[in-house]
Amino acid sequence: MADTPTKVPLATTTLGSSVASYTFSSIPSTYTDLILVAWIAPTLGTGTSIMAVKLNSDTTNYSGTGLLGTGTAVQSSRYTGLSGLPIAGYNNGSGTGNINIICHFQNYSNTTTYKTMIARADNASFQTEASVGLWRKTPEAINSIQIYNYGGVNLTAGSTFTLYGIL
Amino acid sequence: MGMAEFLISSVTVGAGGASSIDFTSIPSTYTDLRLVVSLRSGSSGTSRGLSFTLNNDAGTNYSTRYFYGYASGVTGGSTSSSTDMYSGLYGGTSYGANIFSNIEIYIPNYASSNNKSVSVDSASENTSSTNYIGFWAGYWAQTSAITGISLKGSLAFIPNSTAYLYGIKNS
Repeated sequence: MADTPTKVPLATTTLGSSVASYTFSSIPSTYTDLILVAWIAPTLGTGTSIMAVKLNSDTTNYSGTGLLGTGTAVQSSRYTGLSGLPIAGYNNGSGTGNINIICHFQNYSNTTTYKTMIARADNASFQTEASVGLWRKTPEAINSIQIYNYGGVNLTAGSTFTLYGIL
Repeated sequence: MGMAEFLISSVTVGAGGASSIDFTSIPSTYTDLRLVVSLRSGSSGTSRGLSFTLNNDAGTNYSTRYFYGYASGVTGGSTSSSTDMYSGLYGGTSYGANIFSNIEIYIPNYASSNNKSVSVDSASENTSSTNYIGFWAGYWAQTSAITGISLKGSLAFIPNSTAYLYGIKNS
């Protein structure tokens, strides 16, 4: 029996310059799940904000729950009413920490259920996180994922984003 | 389209146990690395800390932030200027028979010229209340491509502990 690939790279990019957001568009509906892997280079700007994703350009209908450890505290949080799904804290001022983000979108292509996402995000100079998100728009297949900073800070040049489809 | 993930190498600890599990000569032809381990310590302790070094670097170049939950609470912490990467917890002989702990280590852009960041999920379920689930963020302040990973337990890994190293391609 021939090996059948179950994890397939759909698209990847390395940012050549600082940009406000990056979008995977025209995502085919031929897979079961999606995995987004992001590596965010040490950042420009100052302050603390969060990384988030918008699905199909929708700016409402999101909620989620997260756990995080800062090194000195462990916290949980619940959010609703944001313009995207938060996936990671973002310590813009540290200058030392890369951020790893891995997001799993389950059953992304059906038109019968709300969509769920499990995410991990790690920055060893800031915090480590695990979160779950729910997109509660009238069910539709996810065909685009926009990654952006909720506080408006640009994504740093050199950051990489890859989207995988899971059969 | 092609496959994304490939088995690079695997180790199964043999009779007598092992004080470390080593992967060497890791090719730079992938984008990310994923290391999946199943471990148990030969010691009587309830849990042991796993750590690893990269490229046999014993300098003070490793840092982490982490938290984990157990039967009755949560706790967390950090390490800095360490000589290895603290990266999870695994059980010893006080765990129920045949129970091994699972730890997954993900390293994106391992062959790049940037400092490396690491994500770790660690899970140790048990038949008693001594169990853990936790998350680690790691950082290696070195720009070399990763060519070697050495897992080190605070006490030896027992036979049938396993480690599988996968390479992931993004195109």
